[in-house]
Amino acid sequence: MLLAVLSGYLLAIVAPALHRVTGRYIGWTLAILPASLTAYFASLVPAVQANGSLLFEFTWMPGLGINLNFLADGLSLTFALLISGIGTFILIYAGSYLAGHKYLARFFVIMLSFMASMLGLVLSDNLVSIFVFWELTSITSYMLIGFNHEDLTARKFALQGLFVTVAGGLALMAGLILLGAMSGSYSLSEILSTDLALHENAFYTGTVICILAGCFTKSAQVPFHFWLPNAMAAPTPVSAFLHSATMVKAGIYLMARLNSAMGEGELWSNALMLFGAATMFTGAYLAFSSTGIKKVLAYSTIMALGTLTMLIGVGTELAMTAFICFLVAHSLYKGALFMIAGALDHETGTKDITLMGGLRKTMPVTATIACLAALSLAGLPPLFGFIAKELLFESLLDAPLWSTGLIMAAVGASILIVGVAGLVAVKPFFGKTGNTPKTPHEAPFGMLIGPGVLSLMALMFGLAPFLPEGALLQTAVASVLGSSVETDLALWHGVNLPLMLSAGSLIVGLSLLAGWSRFQPSLYAINTFASRFGPEVGYFKFMEGITTVAAWQTRILQNGVLGLYLLLLVAVTFGLTGYTLLTHHGINLTIDLTDSHFYEWGIALLLLAAAVFASATHSRLGSVASMGVLGFAVALTFILFSAPDLGITQLLVETLTVILLVLVLFKLPEFVNLSSPFERYRDLAVAVFAGGVMTLLILASLDVQYFESISSYYVENSGPLGHGRNIVNVILVDFRALDTLGEIFVLSLAALGVLSMIKLKAEDQHKS
Amino acid sequence: MKSNTLILRTAALFIMPLQLMFSVFLLFRGHDEPGGGFIGGLVAASAFVVYAFAFGSEPTRRILRVAPSDLLAAGLLLALVATIPAFFTGQPLLTAFWWELPLPDGGYLKLSTPLIFDIGVYAAVLGTIMTFVINLMESDE
Repeated sequence: MLLAVLSGYLLAIVAPALHRVTGRYIGWTLAILPASLTAYFASLVPAVQANGSLLFEFTWMPGLGINLNFLADGLSLTFALLISGIGTFILIYAGSYLAGHKYLARFFVIMLSFMASMLGLVLSDNLVSIFVFWELTSITSYMLIGFNHEDLTARKFALQGLFVTVAGGLALMAGLILLGAMSGSYSLSEILSTDLALHENAFYTGTVICILAGCFTKSAQVPFHFWLPNAMAAPTPVSAFLHSATMVKAGIYLMARLNSAMGEGELWSNALMLFGAATMFTGAYLAFSSTGIKKVLAYSTIMALGTLTMLIGVGTELAMTAFICFLVAHSLYKGALFMIAGALDHETGTKDITLMGGLRKTMPVTATIACLAALSLAGLPPLFGFIAKELLFESLLDAPLWSTGLIMAAVGASILIVGVAGLVAVKPFFGKTGNTPKTPHEAPFGMLIGPGVLSLMALMFGLAPFLPEGALLQTAVASVLGSSVETDLALWHGVNLPLMLSAGSLIVGLSLLAGWSRFQPSLYAINTFASRFGPEVGYFKFMEGITTVAAWQTRILQNGVLGLYLLLLVAVTFGLTGYTLLTHHGINLTIDLTDSHFYEWGIALLLLAAAVFASATHSRLGSVASMGVLGFAVALTFILFSAPDLGITQLLVETLTVILLVLVLFKLPEFVNLSSPFERYRDLAVAVFAGGVMTLLILASLDVQYFESISSYYVENSGPLGHGRNIVNVILVDFRALDTLGEIFVLSLAALGVLSMIKLKAEDQHKS
Repeated sequence: MKSNTLILRTAALFIMPLQLMFSVFLLFRGHDEPGGGFIGGLVAASAFVVYAFAFGSEPTRRILRVAPSDLLAAGLLLALVATIPAFFTGQPLLTAFWWELPLPDGGYLKLSTPLIFDIGVYAAVLGTIMTFVINLMESDE
């Protein structure tokens, strides 16, 4: 299971090399991985159906009890199958859509990393690893939205998406930590299996607000919805995968997952119902009033996300069944429709629906697939979308709270969505031929196989709903509810209120569609006016504010004079430390000088003399030389106190430091007096103060001993466990090898820093 | 930084190889006596610095054969490689593995992953310092 999740990253590492080898067929080649992952997850289904859930454990840090656990139950397997299944087709599609693009290999690297992060998110059992994968999806989404990085709007909106989701992520981290603290465990399977009555806990309100902030930003709920339509600046395969079928559903996943633990409180369910319904209606309305085909689809995604959120809030058995069905139906038709939109854009050269028409003559296969997918979007029989919509209406009619308001919002949204479905399927393909920039012809096979298969699945699931129901969906509903359930999915439930509502909304929707070209311009004008007061404006003003404050603060604190930086740094650090020392520990000046030797005094005096000379002299060479003397005196101290390794290292480092200083010495300008006497005395005072605080700190640390000294452990175990007699070296490369690994990475960073500074300066000199 | 003194050049030709051998000696004895990767690397770097002061930066690059930053990267890679054997046996990373090969005179040759790690540290330290010195020397040309 660990390999299944990490395989995306591993394939991403070799993807550029594969691209060089396979050329045009890279999409098909890479799609083998998600296809095999789909098969693997499908193979887990029977076991999950029998046991309810499967837990895969991998020890990671046994000392801290942190394990990398994966939980496969109905909900996570449904998501995993959607991610890997749709991912297969997206990779094939992208290979065709972006064929010949300069950065295609880079695209696949990021895309595969995204897929692996998403899989990790839905399969993780541990709250911390869920958060890590959550942020990874945000970062890969940023890189994918900004893929056409030479385009300013792409960069701007990629940054917007990143900020909104990462700000939410920060809140989510706080919320998850609170959840872990409230329930006493960071393991999802433990939190979900024990009945904790979290809603009575004092931290409940804060946790709900934080977690919902994270989920609402990720899943584009009102008022955080503005980044999603702007994310359409990404290439279409990205929009089809991330911003409709998978990434934006991450928030939905987390809310559904935590619902059984947190759902008993009213704040959680009411907030979900309210925001979900508002988002649902807003999304449908905005979709109906747009003309760009990708924008229309983006807004309808917002509508779907709102619907899903609302259903989680309602929380009844029927609502959860509706949730799962709507989730699957939406992923199928939305992925298909986005891919069709991309095909249309690729073939006609425009994204504007008003310019397209009558394309069914030149693109018959595309038209058929689009019509199938649009029927599912509108929720018409015999497609799976119809079953989902019927269940939606039924569950809302049965809702324990606000049933009337919710059903009105849902019916309103579905009326508008029928119109939207017509916009996407009827307008471009039927009617009189529009004038498009490029002469259209049928889309290539690679671009059609994805939407084709997805739409056929929507049809098949609709005609035979017992197939997905028996296979996985019933288990998924059970895992969301936390108890087993019997679902009853069918196309025909008899003539009841939901059916009549559907019929009614269909009629009204069709009439709205007929008058669309008259309504749309005025609707668009209203939207543009209203958006001047909307949340997106708030975002831009907030970003401007941050930049202004940062510039002001930098002008004051970092005015370019190195001496000021040093002064501030030293004064603040030692001031705070000294204050704490004084107030918490007190100063104890009893020093025992009876067993000191004359040579120790000699070395101390040498140190003092060298330090004074180094700071007071006017000769650069002299100050470098006396710093060398300082270093050697310290080395002598080490050797006197029998630390030979330290002494040798200090000697060598001191020699090399002097050599390095000499190399640059002669390039420095003439010695100049840059500071006034007042400044020099001020600096002297701060320096003596810092030295004094440090001395007192060290003296204080000599009398404090909270724990037993660890050196006895090393003395005893260095031989038997470390196979060595030089304890210092054994500690460096064996007991504390991880620290040493970090240190040599720091060394390499320093070297790279120096290298780039020297090379940059050389470039500047060559240019001037 | 070219130096025209004959004495330094002749001395460098003698001192450098001896110092390099000494640095390897310090590296390998580190586990039981004072020494180890850091100290060995520093001594080796000093050897090359002596050569650089005597002959200049271009001959030093030639005698080093690989670019100093590559040496640095190789050191980091070696240090990471030392963590891998533990991964295959399911133990936490950086668990040390020891192999004792019997020698003809009855003693043992102890090879281990900490030794590989130490060699990595040696190369990293040598690479860092040579990067500093060679590039600083070349920066005014």
